[in-house]
Amino acid sequence: MTETAAEQCGLSFQKQADDTLSVFFAGSWKSNQGLPPFNKVQQEIQSNPQYKHVTFDTQELTDWDSGFLTFLIKVFNHCSQQKISVNDEGLPQGAKRLMAIATAVPEKETHTDKVPDPLLSRVGAQTIEVVHASREVLDFIGEASLAFLKFLVGKARFRRSDLGLIIQDCGAQALPIVSLISFLVGLILAFVGAVQLKLFGAQIYVADMVGIAMVREMGAMMTGIIMAGRTGAAFAAQLGTMQVNEEIDALTTLGISPMEFLVLPRMLALIVMMPLLCLYANLMGILAGFFVGIGMLDLAPMQYFYQTQAAVDMTNISLGVIKSVIYGVLIALSGCLRGMQSGRSASAVGIATTSAVVTAIVFIIVSDGIFAVICNALGI
Amino acid sequence: MIQEAANKNEAHIAVTDLTMAYGDFVVMRDLNFTIGQGEVFIIMGGSGCGKSTLLRHMIGLIEPARGKVLYDGESFWDAKPEERDRLMRRFGVLYQSGALWSSMTLAENVSIPIEEYTNLNSSQIRELVALKLSLVGLAGFEEFYPSEISGGMRKRAGLARAMALDPDILFFDEPSAGLDPVSAKRLDDLILELRESLNTTVVIVTHELASIFAIADNCVFLDPDTRTMLTTGNPKTLLAESKDPKVHTFLTRGEEG
Repeated sequence: MTETAAEQCGLSFQKQADDTLSVFFAGSWKSNQGLPPFNKVQQEIQSNPQYKHVTFDTQELTDWDSGFLTFLIKVFNHCSQQKISVNDEGLPQGAKRLMAIATAVPEKETHTDKVPDPLLSRVGAQTIEVVHASREVLDFIGEASLAFLKFLVGKARFRRSDLGLIIQDCGAQALPIVSLISFLVGLILAFVGAVQLKLFGAQIYVADMVGIAMVREMGAMMTGIIMAGRTGAAFAAQLGTMQVNEEIDALTTLGISPMEFLVLPRMLALIVMMPLLCLYANLMGILAGFFVGIGMLDLAPMQYFYQTQAAVDMTNISLGVIKSVIYGVLIALSGCLRGMQSGRSASAVGIATTSAVVTAIVFIIVSDGIFAVICNALGI
Repeated sequence: MIQEAANKNEAHIAVTDLTMAYGDFVVMRDLNFTIGQGEVFIIMGGSGCGKSTLLRHMIGLIEPARGKVLYDGESFWDAKPEERDRLMRRFGVLYQSGALWSSMTLAENVSIPIEEYTNLNSSQIRELVALKLSLVGLAGFEEFYPSEISGGMRKRAGLARAMALDPDILFFDEPSAGLDPVSAKRLDDLILELRESLNTTVVIVTHELASIFAIADNCVFLDPDTRTMLTTGNPKTLLAESKDPKVHTFLTRGEEG
């Protein structure tokens, strides 16, 4: 076989009777060594309109693979279009059988060349989709609230050990990244403030600026964004994968509410851990400002400490902590929502994860805006 | 030289003294069997005895703890990495649940190996993909995603992908698991048809007795208790002649004797 494999594949034609064309195949017909162009056959058939039958001669054919079959399929299709009958007697046994299988099931009609819908209909469809999506979100929030109420009256069913693991994962294990980011944010705030305040000789107010900004806004917000990327994404991926493996269906059929069993512990974990992480982030930010104040602005350590203490009051601290609780709920909800909505494939889990992070960050920023308006109105 | 060639022909695939282990835990030891060119060979045994693990050793996913897997006399695990790649390209594998890439259409699934290992142009690839899909009865499903078709269709699409490069050897991991009897029979027929037409060697992991008796030329029987193979041979002959009670019980579903 190896000597003949190197042979070029041959294609020739012979007129058998007035209306019969015989196609000769010779040599090795393998797709990766280049096959003769199909239009040779086409030209041959068109050259004599009298052809009514096509036969094959493959005695010289030494070797073939799928390339030979695709060529044959083209011959078969062309002949059936031209209403020419094909006699497959001359084909190798294997090829004949495979051609029989390949042509046995009629091709399914699929509409690949769909005409795009008109603009208005697309706008309409999108709007309906948005309405549906919002209804789903509201449904989910409603169910989550019910689960939470059940928890408050002590009737929710979930595993305490799961809650512990999730708390550990989104609490203690998040500390390194929260430290890094909030320290850097504090540092940046202090630097920006220092450059400006130095112009007025008011360096000491760096302490006020860093303290208030961290405690009131940045601590909660940076923690929220970190946790959205870290934990919200993890929630969506976990629940999405469970959806793929039908694990959530298994819970439902056992009469266990996935809301209580999966969503509730995640929500509780973030509600508990977010304020703690937020306080920790505040501390790290203030510490960074402290280092800048001591190192760059030559402030005395105690001076910086007392200044911060005077500037940051309980109102600011509790405002930040309340925000962080709200962000925690939003992150848990959007992570779980997107995870539960996930489709049943690997790419769907990817989409769910992305969408969870985006949703959570949007919610965080929007709610921060609402907080700002309310605080302004109340004069806090 | 002539002798060697004759040997090669006889044993297209040879498994010699193969021991499979996860760390210190030995799954199976001292497996010895050969598979001839164009044979339908079945790896059978009770659930959890290491059938799929054996398959994963044969297709190069797990390195054996000891022993060899030879393809035409060439040891897979002693070969250089590029040699191994070349050997692996001769395999087509159908995984238990199809293992189609879910983010790609069926056409893309089948065309990935073709794009990777041949220099055909896109229209040739399209024709080849259409051929492979029509061979498994999925003509016209090119643009469907795996999530949009049924389990049986996913399996057949997986087969189309396994056949993409005209492999010499097709490996099947539980091909009829999760299929109704009629679909399972159709898949069996298709496997036989492919073997007849292309002289492909077929290695199947299964415990479906109907399939075993219908299509197997040869088989190996793995026993989880002794952690080794009990016997090898044609299943019908084994049923008639084997004295081993375990083999007999398995082949008769424990209904006789």
